[in-house]
Amino acid sequence: MMDFGFKLSKSATIDLDRAGTERYEKLCALSPDARTCMACGSCSATCTAASFSGMSVRKVILGLQRGQDVRPLLSACMLCGKCTLVCPRGINTRRLILNLSKSYD
Amino acid sequence: MKENVVIIGGGIAGMEAARQLLLLGYTPIIVEKKDHLGGHVARWHKLFPDMAPAGDLVRRLSEAISEANIFLETRITSINRLSNGYVVMLSNGVSIPCRAVLGASGFRLFDASKKEEYGYGVYNHVITNSDLEAWFNGAEDPRIVADPKAVGFVHCVGSRDLKAGNSQCSKVCCMTAVKQAIELKERFPDARIYCFYMDLRLFGKKYEDFYINAQQEYGIQFIRGRVSEVGETAEERLQVKAEDTLSGKPLKVQLDLLVLMSGMVCNPEVAEFARTIRLDVDSDGFLKSLDNVGGINRSNQPGFFYAGACTGTKTVPETLAEARAAALDIHRYLLGK
Ligand SMILES: Cc1cc2nc3c(=O)[nH]c(=O)nc-3n(C[C@H](O)[C@H](O)[C@H](O)COP(=O)(O)OP(=O)(O)OC[C@H]3O[C@@H](n4cnc5c(N)ncnc54)[C@H](O)[C@@H]3O)c2cc1C
Ligand code: SF4
Ligand code: SF4
Ligand code: SF4
Repeated sequence: MMDFGFKLSKSATIDLDRAGTERYEKLCALSPDARTCMACGSCSATCTAASFSGMSVRKVILGLQRGQDVRPLLSACMLCGKCTLVCPRGINTRRLILNLSKSYD
Repeated sequence: MKENVVIIGGGIAGMEAARQLLLLGYTPIIVEKKDHLGGHVARWHKLFPDMAPAGDLVRRLSEAISEANIFLETRITSINRLSNGYVVMLSNGVSIPCRAVLGASGFRLFDASKKEEYGYGVYNHVITNSDLEAWFNGAEDPRIVADPKAVGFVHCVGSRDLKAGNSQCSKVCCMTAVKQAIELKERFPDARIYCFYMDLRLFGKKYEDFYINAQQEYGIQFIRGRVSEVGETAEERLQVKAEDTLSGKPLKVQLDLLVLMSGMVCNPEVAEFARTIRLDVDSDGFLKSLDNVGGINRSNQPGFFYAGACTGTKTVPETLAEARAAALDIHRYLLGK
Protein backbone atom coordinates (compact mmCIF):
# COMPACT_ATOMS: atom_id res chain seq x y z
CA MET A 1 0.00 0.00 0.00
CA MET A 2 1.12 3.52 -0.81
CA ASP A 3 1.57 5.72 2.20
CA PHE A 4 0.10 9.11 1.35
CA GLY A 5 1.12 10.54 4.71
CA PHE A 6 -2.49 11.12 5.76
CA LYS A 7 -3.62 10.35 9.22
CA LEU A 8 -6.67 11.16 11.25
CA SER A 9 -6.03 14.23 13.32
CA LYS A 10 -8.22 16.15 15.70
CA SER A 11 -10.08 19.02 14.06
CA ALA A 12 -8.48 22.39 14.75
CA THR A 13 -11.83 24.11 14.45
CA ILE A 14 -13.24 25.76 17.53
CA ASP A 15 -16.73 24.32 17.79
CA LEU A 16 -18.67 26.78 19.87
CA ASP A 17 -21.65 24.44 19.96
CA ARG A 18 -19.55 21.94 21.87
CA ALA A 19 -17.17 24.23 23.72
CA GLY A 20 -17.88 23.79 27.41
CA THR A 21 -17.77 27.19 29.05
CA GLU A 22 -18.84 26.08 32.53
CA ARG A 23 -15.45 26.89 33.98
CA TYR A 24 -15.51 30.34 32.43
CA GLU A 25 -18.96 30.98 33.90
CA LYS A 26 -17.81 29.72 37.29
CA LEU A 27 -14.80 32.03 37.13
CA CYS A 28 -16.98 35.00 36.19
CA ALA A 29 -19.14 34.35 39.22
CA LEU A 30 -16.04 34.87 41.40
CA SER A 31 -14.27 37.44 39.17
CA PRO A 32 -17.02 39.26 37.25
CA ASP A 33 -14.48 41.69 35.81
CA ALA A 34 -13.13 38.82 33.66
CA ARG A 35 -16.00 39.54 31.27
CA THR A 36 -14.64 43.00 30.48
CA CYS A 37 -11.34 41.86 28.93
CA MET A 38 -10.83 43.55 25.57
CA ALA A 39 -7.90 41.37 24.56
CA CYS A 40 -5.44 44.25 24.41
CA GLY A 41 -2.49 42.10 25.47
CA SER A 42 -1.06 44.54 28.02
CA CYS A 43 -1.00 41.78 30.63
CA SER A 44 0.95 39.40 28.40
CA ALA A 45 3.36 42.09 27.23
CA THR A 46 4.31 42.98 30.77
CA CYS A 47 4.34 39.46 32.22
CA THR A 48 7.79 38.21 33.21
CA ALA A 49 6.73 34.61 32.77
CA ALA A 50 5.30 35.17 29.29
CA SER A 51 8.42 35.12 27.15
CA PHE A 52 9.53 31.77 28.59
CA SER A 53 6.27 29.97 29.22
CA GLY A 54 3.62 31.54 27.01
CA MET A 55 1.65 32.61 30.09
CA SER A 56 -0.89 35.26 29.22
CA VAL A 57 -3.97 36.33 31.12
CA ARG A 58 -5.47 37.31 27.78
CA LYS A 59 -5.00 33.76 26.47
CA VAL A 60 -6.32 32.30 29.70
CA ILE A 61 -9.55 34.30 29.46
CA LEU A 62 -9.94 33.64 25.73
CA GLY A 63 -9.16 29.95 26.21
CA LEU A 64 -11.86 29.61 28.86
CA GLN A 65 -14.36 31.41 26.62
CA ARG A 66 -13.56 28.81 23.96
CA GLY A 67 -13.83 25.88 26.36
CA GLN A 68 -10.13 25.02 26.39
CA ASP A 69 -8.01 23.62 29.19
CA VAL A 70 -5.76 26.50 30.23
CA ARG A 71 -3.90 24.76 33.05
CA PRO A 72 -0.62 24.48 31.10
CA LEU A 73 -0.53 28.28 30.87
CA LEU A 74 -1.34 28.89 34.50
CA SER A 75 1.45 26.75 35.91
CA ALA A 76 4.08 29.33 34.99
CA CYS A 77 2.42 32.24 36.77
CA MET A 78 4.36 33.59 39.76
CA LEU A 79 1.42 35.70 40.97
CA CYS A 80 3.61 38.78 40.84
CA GLY A 81 0.64 41.00 39.92
CA LYS A 82 2.39 43.05 37.23
CA CYS A 83 -0.48 42.31 34.85
CA THR A 84 -2.95 43.81 37.30
CA LEU A 85 -1.03 47.09 37.28
CA VAL A 86 -1.30 47.53 33.51
CA CYS A 87 -4.79 46.27 32.66
CA PRO A 88 -6.68 49.24 31.16
CA ARG A 89 -10.01 47.70 32.08
CA GLY A 90 -8.94 47.55 35.71
CA ILE A 91 -9.39 43.77 35.92
CA ASN A 92 -7.92 42.25 39.04
CA THR A 93 -6.03 39.68 36.99
CA ARG A 94 -4.05 38.35 39.93
CA ARG A 95 -7.22 37.51 41.82
CA LEU A 96 -8.63 36.06 38.62
CA ILE A 97 -5.69 33.66 38.37
CA LEU A 98 -6.06 32.68 42.02
CA ASN A 99 -9.79 32.08 41.65
CA LEU A 100 -9.22 30.02 38.54
CA SER A 101 -6.44 27.94 40.11
CA LYS A 102 -8.70 27.12 43.03
CA SER A 103 -11.41 25.97 40.66
CA TYR A 104 -9.01 23.37 39.27
CA ASP A 105 -8.05 22.00 42.74
CA MET B 1 -31.55 96.57 19.34
CA LYS B 2 -30.27 93.15 18.39
CA GLU B 3 -30.44 90.53 21.06
CA ASN B 4 -27.24 89.23 22.72
CA VAL B 5 -26.30 85.56 22.79
CA VAL B 6 -23.27 84.67 24.92
CA ILE B 7 -20.98 81.95 23.56
CA ILE B 8 -18.52 80.37 25.96
CA GLY B 9 -15.46 79.31 23.95
CA GLY B 10 -14.10 80.56 20.64
CA GLY B 11 -13.17 77.25 19.06
CA ILE B 12 -14.71 76.24 15.76
CA ALA B 13 -17.98 75.36 17.54
CA GLY B 14 -18.34 78.84 19.00
CA MET B 15 -17.21 80.49 15.77
CA GLU B 16 -19.58 78.60 13.49
CA ALA B 17 -22.50 79.21 15.87
CA ALA B 18 -21.61 82.92 15.97
CA ARG B 19 -21.62 83.05 12.19
CA GLN B 20 -25.10 81.52 12.02
CA LEU B 21 -26.44 83.72 14.82
CA LEU B 22 -25.21 86.82 12.97
CA LEU B 23 -27.09 85.63 9.88
CA LEU B 24 -30.20 85.12 12.00
CA GLY B 25 -29.98 88.71 13.26
CA TYR B 26 -28.49 88.32 16.74
CA THR B 27 -25.38 89.76 18.39
CA PRO B 28 -23.17 86.84 19.39
CA ILE B 29 -20.66 87.58 22.14
CA ILE B 30 -17.77 85.13 22.17
CA VAL B 31 -15.85 84.72 25.42
CA GLU B 32 -12.51 83.02 24.80
CA LYS B 33 -9.90 82.47 27.48
CA LYS B 34 -6.96 82.21 25.08
CA ASP B 35 -5.46 85.04 23.01
CA HIS B 36 -6.73 83.62 19.71
CA LEU B 37 -9.79 82.00 18.19
CA GLY B 38 -9.95 78.52 16.68
CA GLY B 39 -9.45 76.35 19.75
CA HIS B 40 -7.61 73.11 19.15
CA VAL B 41 -8.08 73.27 15.40
CA ALA B 42 -5.84 76.36 15.31
CA ARG B 43 -3.00 74.04 16.34
CA TRP B 44 -3.65 71.31 13.77
CA HIS B 45 -1.93 71.15 10.38
CA LYS B 46 -4.17 69.36 7.86
CA LEU B 47 -7.63 68.02 8.56
CA PHE B 48 -8.75 64.56 7.58
CA PRO B 49 -10.35 63.34 5.45
CA ASP B 50 -9.71 65.98 2.77
CA MET B 51 -6.33 67.10 4.12
CA ALA B 52 -7.33 70.74 3.80
CA PRO B 53 -5.21 73.14 5.87
CA ALA B 54 -6.77 73.63 9.32
CA GLY B 55 -5.64 77.25 9.22
CA ASP B 56 -7.90 77.91 6.23
CA LEU B 57 -10.99 76.83 8.14
CA VAL B 58 -10.13 79.02 11.12
CA ARG B 59 -9.39 81.98 8.84
CA ARG B 60 -12.67 81.59 6.93
CA LEU B 61 -14.63 81.44 10.17
CA SER B 62 -12.77 84.45 11.62
CA GLU B 63 -13.62 86.52 8.56
CA ALA B 64 -17.27 85.53 8.74
CA ILE B 65 -17.65 86.70 12.34
CA SER B 66 -15.93 90.07 12.16
CA GLU B 67 -19.17 91.66 13.36
CA ALA B 68 -19.50 89.53 16.45
CA ASN B 69 -18.34 90.80 19.84
CA ILE B 70 -15.25 88.86 20.74
CA PHE B 71 -13.53 88.97 24.11
CA LEU B 72 -10.15 87.25 24.02
CA GLU B 73 -8.13 86.36 27.10
CA THR B 74 -11.34 86.61 29.04
CA ARG B 75 -12.90 84.16 31.45
CA ILE B 76 -16.34 83.66 32.87
CA THR B 77 -16.24 84.60 36.52
CA SER B 78 -19.84 83.67 37.24
CA ILE B 79 -23.18 82.91 35.64
CA ASN B 80 -26.39 83.69 37.47
CA ARG B 81 -29.93 82.65 36.73
CA LEU B 82 -32.55 85.32 36.15
CA SER B 83 -36.25 84.60 35.85
CA ASN B 84 -35.92 85.01 32.11
CA GLY B 85 -32.32 84.11 31.31
CA TYR B 86 -28.80 84.62 32.64
CA VAL B 87 -26.30 87.25 33.65
CA VAL B 88 -22.80 86.29 32.59
CA MET B 89 -19.99 88.08 34.46
CA LEU B 90 -16.60 88.27 32.74
CA SER B 91 -13.09 88.64 34.13
CA ASN B 92 -12.78 92.05 32.39
CA GLY B 93 -15.59 93.43 34.52
CA VAL B 94 -18.26 93.28 31.83
CA SER B 95 -21.56 91.68 32.74
CA ILE B 96 -23.96 90.55 30.05
CA PRO B 97 -27.65 89.89 30.54
CA CYS B 98 -29.04 87.51 27.94
CA ARG B 99 -31.82 85.02 27.39
CA ALA B 100 -29.64 82.34 25.77
CA VAL B 101 -26.12 81.03 26.39
CA LEU B 102 -24.19 78.58 24.20
CA GLY B 103 -21.64 76.32 25.86
CA ALA B 104 -18.84 75.69 23.34
CA SER B 105 -15.95 75.14 25.73
CA GLY B 106 -14.59 72.08 23.95
CA PHE B 107 -12.36 69.36 25.29
CA ARG B 108 -8.95 69.01 26.83
CA LEU B 109 -6.17 66.84 25.50
CA PHE B 110 -5.26 64.04 27.91
CA ASP B 111 -2.02 64.83 29.74
CA ALA B 112 0.22 62.06 28.41
CA SER B 113 2.72 62.39 31.26
CA LYS B 114 0.08 60.80 33.49
CA LYS B 115 0.72 57.49 31.73
CA GLU B 116 4.17 57.17 33.24
CA GLU B 117 4.89 53.85 31.53
CA TYR B 118 5.07 55.64 28.16
CA GLY B 119 7.80 58.04 29.29
CA TYR B 120 6.38 61.32 27.99
CA GLY B 121 8.50 64.08 29.48
CA VAL B 122 11.02 61.48 30.63
CA TYR B 123 12.56 60.01 27.48
CA ASN B 124 13.89 62.24 24.73
CA HIS B 125 11.93 60.90 21.79
CA VAL B 126 8.39 60.56 23.03
CA ILE B 127 5.90 63.13 21.72
CA THR B 128 2.11 63.46 21.41
CA ASN B 129 -0.24 63.74 18.45
CA SER B 130 -0.60 67.42 19.30
CA ASP B 131 3.19 67.97 19.35
CA LEU B 132 3.42 66.33 15.94
CA GLU B 133 0.74 68.63 14.47
CA ALA B 134 2.69 71.63 15.81
CA TRP B 135 5.87 70.26 14.19
CA PHE B 136 4.02 69.78 10.88
CA ASN B 137 3.09 73.44 11.22
CA GLY B 138 6.74 74.39 11.45
CA ALA B 139 7.48 74.40 15.19
CA GLU B 140 10.96 73.21 16.17
CA ASP B 141 11.03 69.94 18.09
CA PRO B 142 14.42 68.54 19.13
CA ARG B 143 12.74 65.24 20.09
CA ILE B 144 12.19 64.45 16.41
CA VAL B 145 15.53 63.25 15.01
CA ALA B 146 16.57 64.14 11.48
CA ASP B 147 16.61 60.62 10.11
CA PRO B 148 14.41 58.23 12.11
CA LYS B 149 14.72 54.55 11.14
CA ALA B 150 11.64 53.43 13.02
CA VAL B 151 8.63 55.25 14.40
CA GLY B 152 5.72 53.99 16.50
CA PHE B 153 2.25 55.33 17.14
CA VAL B 154 0.48 54.34 20.35
CA HIS B 155 -3.30 54.42 20.07
CA CYS B 156 -5.69 55.00 22.98
CA VAL B 157 -3.41 56.98 25.30
CA GLY B 158 -5.63 58.00 28.20
CA SER B 159 -8.73 56.83 26.33
CA ARG B 160 -10.49 53.50 26.89
CA ASP B 161 -8.51 53.37 30.08
CA LEU B 162 -10.36 53.06 33.35
CA LYS B 163 -7.15 53.57 35.28
CA ALA B 164 -6.69 56.95 33.62
CA GLY B 165 -10.29 57.75 34.54
CA ASN B 166 -11.58 57.71 30.96
CA SER B 167 -13.64 54.81 29.75
CA GLN B 168 -14.63 56.57 26.53
CA CYS B 169 -13.10 56.13 23.10
CA SER B 170 -11.80 59.45 21.73
CA LYS B 171 -12.91 58.38 18.30
CA VAL B 172 -10.72 60.76 16.25
CA CYS B 173 -7.33 59.36 17.25
CA CYS B 174 -7.34 56.14 15.19
CA MET B 175 -7.88 58.26 12.12
CA THR B 176 -5.37 60.87 13.34
CA ALA B 177 -2.77 58.13 13.83
CA VAL B 178 -3.28 56.75 10.31
CA LYS B 179 -3.15 60.27 8.89
CA GLN B 180 -0.01 61.21 10.82
CA ALA B 181 1.67 57.89 10.00
CA ILE B 182 1.18 58.63 6.30
CA GLU B 183 2.44 62.20 6.69
CA LEU B 184 5.55 61.02 8.55
CA LYS B 185 6.24 58.34 5.96
CA GLU B 186 6.10 61.03 3.29
CA ARG B 187 8.76 62.99 5.14
CA PHE B 188 10.85 59.98 6.14
CA PRO B 189 10.39 57.44 3.31
CA ASP B 190 13.03 55.09 4.74
CA ALA B 191 11.50 54.84 8.18
CA ARG B 192 9.56 51.76 9.29
CA ILE B 193 6.31 52.91 10.82
CA TYR B 194 4.16 50.94 13.25
CA CYS B 195 0.73 51.62 14.70
CA PHE B 196 -0.03 49.82 17.96
CA TYR B 197 -3.78 49.54 18.25
CA MET B 198 -6.44 47.61 20.16
CA ASP B 199 -9.24 48.17 17.69
CA LEU B 200 -9.08 50.33 14.58
CA ARG B 201 -12.04 52.67 14.68
CA LEU B 202 -12.17 54.21 11.24
CA PHE B 203 -15.84 54.95 11.08
CA GLY B 204 -16.08 58.13 9.05
CA LYS B 205 -16.44 59.03 5.43
CA LYS B 206 -13.24 58.04 3.58
CA TYR B 207 -11.46 56.92 6.75
CA GLU B 208 -11.17 53.31 5.58
CA ASP B 209 -9.57 54.58 2.36
CA PHE B 210 -6.79 56.09 4.47
CA TYR B 211 -6.28 52.71 6.12
CA ILE B 212 -6.05 50.90 2.79
CA ASN B 213 -3.68 53.56 1.49
CA ALA B 214 -1.55 53.40 4.62
CA GLN B 215 -1.13 49.66 4.05
CA GLN B 216 -0.81 49.64 0.30
CA GLU B 217 1.07 52.80 -0.64
CA TYR B 218 2.95 53.56 2.55
CA GLY B 219 3.66 50.15 4.05
CA ILE B 220 2.55 51.19 7.53
CA GLN B 221 2.52 48.14 9.82
CA PHE B 222 -0.43 47.65 12.12
CA ILE B 223 0.23 45.69 15.28
CA ARG B 224 -2.73 44.60 17.34
CA GLY B 225 -1.58 45.07 20.91
CA ARG B 226 -1.51 47.81 23.46
CA VAL B 227 1.97 49.06 24.32
CA SER B 228 2.57 48.07 27.91
CA GLU B 229 5.82 49.87 28.61
CA VAL B 230 8.57 51.95 27.06
CA GLY B 231 12.22 52.02 28.06
CA GLU B 232 15.39 53.61 26.74
CA THR B 233 18.52 51.85 25.49
CA ALA B 234 22.08 53.01 26.15
CA GLU B 235 22.04 54.57 22.67
CA GLU B 236 18.97 56.61 23.62
CA ARG B 237 16.66 54.64 21.38
CA LEU B 238 13.26 53.69 22.68
CA GLN B 239 12.54 50.10 23.55
CA VAL B 240 8.84 49.35 23.22
CA LYS B 241 7.04 46.28 24.53
CA ALA B 242 3.61 45.00 23.55
CA GLU B 243 1.91 41.71 22.93
CA ASP B 244 1.43 40.97 19.26
CA THR B 245 -1.97 39.53 20.08
CA LEU B 246 -2.55 38.19 16.59
CA SER B 247 0.49 35.93 16.81
CA GLY B 248 0.02 35.52 20.54
CA LYS B 249 3.61 36.42 21.37
CA PRO B 250 5.30 39.18 23.32
CA LEU B 251 6.93 41.65 20.95
CA LYS B 252 9.66 44.26 21.33
CA VAL B 253 11.00 46.83 18.93
CA GLN B 254 13.48 49.71 19.05
CA LEU B 255 12.27 53.06 17.82
CA ASP B 256 13.64 56.55 17.23
CA LEU B 257 10.33 58.28 17.80
CA LEU B 258 7.16 57.37 19.62
CA VAL B 259 3.95 59.33 19.06
CA LEU B 260 1.29 59.03 21.77
CA MET B 261 -2.29 59.47 20.60
CA SER B 262 -3.51 61.47 23.56
CA GLY B 263 -7.25 61.30 23.88
CA MET B 264 -9.95 63.94 24.04
CA VAL B 265 -11.09 64.27 27.63
CA CYS B 266 -13.49 66.59 29.40
CA ASN B 267 -12.56 70.20 30.09
CA PRO B 268 -12.60 70.29 33.90
CA GLU B 269 -13.17 74.05 34.00
CA VAL B 270 -16.79 73.68 32.97
CA ALA B 271 -17.61 71.85 36.18
CA GLU B 272 -17.43 75.18 38.03
CA PHE B 273 -20.04 77.09 36.09
CA ALA B 274 -22.04 73.92 35.54
CA ARG B 275 -22.46 73.60 39.29
CA THR B 276 -23.66 77.15 39.89
CA ILE B 277 -26.48 76.90 37.36
CA ARG B 278 -27.11 73.19 37.87
CA LEU B 279 -26.11 71.90 34.47
CA ASP B 280 -25.89 68.11 34.45
CA VAL B 281 -22.44 66.65 33.96
CA ASP B 282 -22.18 63.19 32.37
CA SER B 283 -20.38 60.14 33.80
CA ASP B 284 -17.43 60.85 31.49
CA GLY B 285 -17.08 64.40 32.85
CA PHE B 286 -18.37 66.04 29.66
CA LEU B 287 -21.42 68.31 29.82
CA LYS B 288 -24.53 66.22 29.62
CA SER B 289 -26.87 66.69 26.68
CA LEU B 290 -30.57 66.52 27.35
CA ASP B 291 -30.47 63.33 25.31
CA ASN B 292 -27.93 61.84 22.94
CA VAL B 293 -30.15 61.36 19.92
CA GLY B 294 -32.47 64.28 19.32
CA GLY B 295 -31.29 66.68 22.00
CA ILE B 296 -27.49 66.85 21.77
CA ASN B 297 -27.62 70.66 21.55
CA ARG B 298 -29.78 71.07 24.63
CA SER B 299 -28.89 71.07 28.30
CA ASN B 300 -31.17 70.33 31.21
CA GLN B 301 -31.61 74.10 31.77
CA PRO B 302 -33.81 76.33 29.63
CA GLY B 303 -31.85 78.81 27.53
CA PHE B 304 -28.54 76.96 27.87
CA PHE B 305 -27.35 75.18 24.73
CA TYR B 306 -24.33 73.17 23.62
CA ALA B 307 -22.23 72.70 20.50
CA GLY B 308 -19.11 70.71 19.76
CA ALA B 309 -16.70 68.78 21.92
CA CYS B 310 -17.95 70.12 25.26
CA THR B 311 -20.47 67.25 25.30
CA GLY B 312 -18.15 64.50 24.03
CA THR B 313 -15.57 63.62 21.43
CA LYS B 314 -16.44 65.09 18.03
CA THR B 315 -14.89 65.45 14.60
CA VAL B 316 -14.69 68.85 12.91
CA PRO B 317 -17.68 68.25 10.59
CA GLU B 318 -19.76 67.00 13.51
CA THR B 319 -18.80 70.06 15.53
CA LEU B 320 -19.71 72.43 12.72
CA ALA B 321 -23.04 70.70 12.12
CA GLU B 322 -23.88 70.88 15.82
CA ALA B 323 -22.98 74.56 15.91
CA ARG B 324 -25.40 75.28 13.08
CA ALA B 325 -28.09 73.21 14.74
CA ALA B 326 -27.52 74.99 18.05
CA ALA B 327 -27.86 78.41 16.41
CA LEU B 328 -31.20 77.41 14.93
CA ASP B 329 -32.33 75.89 18.21
CA ILE B 330 -31.45 79.13 20.02
CA HIS B 331 -33.39 81.08 17.38
CA ARG B 332 -36.41 78.84 17.90
CA TYR B 333 -36.11 79.25 21.66
CA LEU B 334 -35.83 83.05 21.51
CA LEU B 335 -38.88 83.21 19.26
CA GLY B 336 -40.70 81.37 22.02
CA LYS B 337 -41.55 78.41 19.78
C1 LIG C 1 -4.66 65.52 17.60
C2 LIG C 1 -6.02 65.81 17.06
C3 LIG C 1 -6.20 65.99 15.69
C4 LIG C 1 -7.47 66.22 15.15
N1 LIG C 1 -7.60 66.30 13.80
C5 LIG C 1 -8.86 66.38 13.27
C6 LIG C 1 -9.05 66.33 11.84
O1 LIG C 1 -8.06 66.29 11.07
N2 LIG C 1 -10.33 66.34 11.35
C7 LIG C 1 -11.42 66.38 12.18
O2 LIG C 1 -12.56 66.32 11.70
N3 LIG C 1 -11.27 66.46 13.55
C8 LIG C 1 -10.02 66.48 14.10
N4 LIG C 1 -9.87 66.55 15.46
C9 LIG C 1 -11.05 66.89 16.31
C10 LIG C 1 -11.18 68.44 16.49
O3 LIG C 1 -10.03 68.94 17.14
C11 LIG C 1 -12.44 68.80 17.28
O4 LIG C 1 -13.56 68.33 16.59
C12 LIG C 1 -12.62 70.29 17.48
O5 LIG C 1 -11.47 70.87 18.08
C13 LIG C 1 -13.83 70.62 18.37
O6 LIG C 1 -14.01 72.01 18.42
P1 LIG C 1 -14.65 72.76 19.68
O7 LIG C 1 -14.78 74.18 19.30
O8 LIG C 1 -15.87 72.03 20.11
O9 LIG C 1 -13.60 72.58 20.87
P2 LIG C 1 -12.12 73.19 21.07
O10 LIG C 1 -11.32 73.08 19.84
O11 LIG C 1 -11.60 72.51 22.30
O12 LIG C 1 -12.37 74.74 21.40
C14 LIG C 1 -12.90 75.17 22.64
C15 LIG C 1 -12.52 76.60 22.90
O13 LIG C 1 -13.12 77.05 24.12
C16 LIG C 1 -12.17 77.74 24.91
N5 LIG C 1 -12.59 77.61 26.32
C17 LIG C 1 -12.63 76.46 27.04
N6 LIG C 1 -13.09 76.70 28.29
C18 LIG C 1 -13.34 78.04 28.36
C19 LIG C 1 -13.83 78.89 29.39
N7 LIG C 1 -14.15 78.41 30.59
N8 LIG C 1 -13.96 80.21 29.12
C20 LIG C 1 -13.63 80.70 27.89
N9 LIG C 1 -13.17 79.94 26.87
C21 LIG C 1 -13.02 78.61 27.10
C22 LIG C 1 -10.86 77.07 24.57
O14 LIG C 1 -9.76 77.90 24.87
C23 LIG C 1 -11.02 76.80 23.07
O15 LIG C 1 -10.60 77.91 22.32
C24 LIG C 1 -8.60 66.31 16.01
C25 LIG C 1 -8.42 66.16 17.40
C26 LIG C 1 -7.17 65.87 17.92
C27 LIG C 1 -7.02 65.66 19.40
S1 SF4 D 1 0.78 37.63 37.97
FE1 SF4 D 1 1.28 35.89 36.63
S2 SF4 D 1 0.36 36.43 34.66
FE2 SF4 D 1 0.45 38.31 35.88
S3 SF4 D 1 2.38 39.29 35.27
FE3 SF4 D 1 2.81 38.05 37.10
S4 SF4 D 1 3.49 36.08 36.27
FE4 SF4 D 1 2.48 37.14 34.60
S1 SF4 E 1 -4.61 43.71 30.12
FE1 SF4 E 1 -6.71 43.36 30.87
S2 SF4 E 1 -8.03 43.89 29.11
FE2 SF4 E 1 -5.95 43.66 28.32
S3 SF4 E 1 -5.87 41.53 27.63
FE3 SF4 E 1 -5.08 41.55 29.72
S4 SF4 E 1 -6.84 41.13 31.03
FE4 SF4 E 1 -7.64 41.67 29.00
S1 SF4 F 1 -10.28 56.34 18.18
FE1 SF4 F 1 -8.88 54.63 18.18
S2 SF4 F 1 -7.04 55.42 19.23
FE2 SF4 F 1 -8.73 56.80 19.74
S3 SF4 F 1 -9.51 56.00 21.68
FE3 SF4 F 1 -10.78 55.12 20.01
S4 SF4 F 1 -9.81 53.16 19.56
FE4 SF4 F 1 -8.32 54.36 20.75
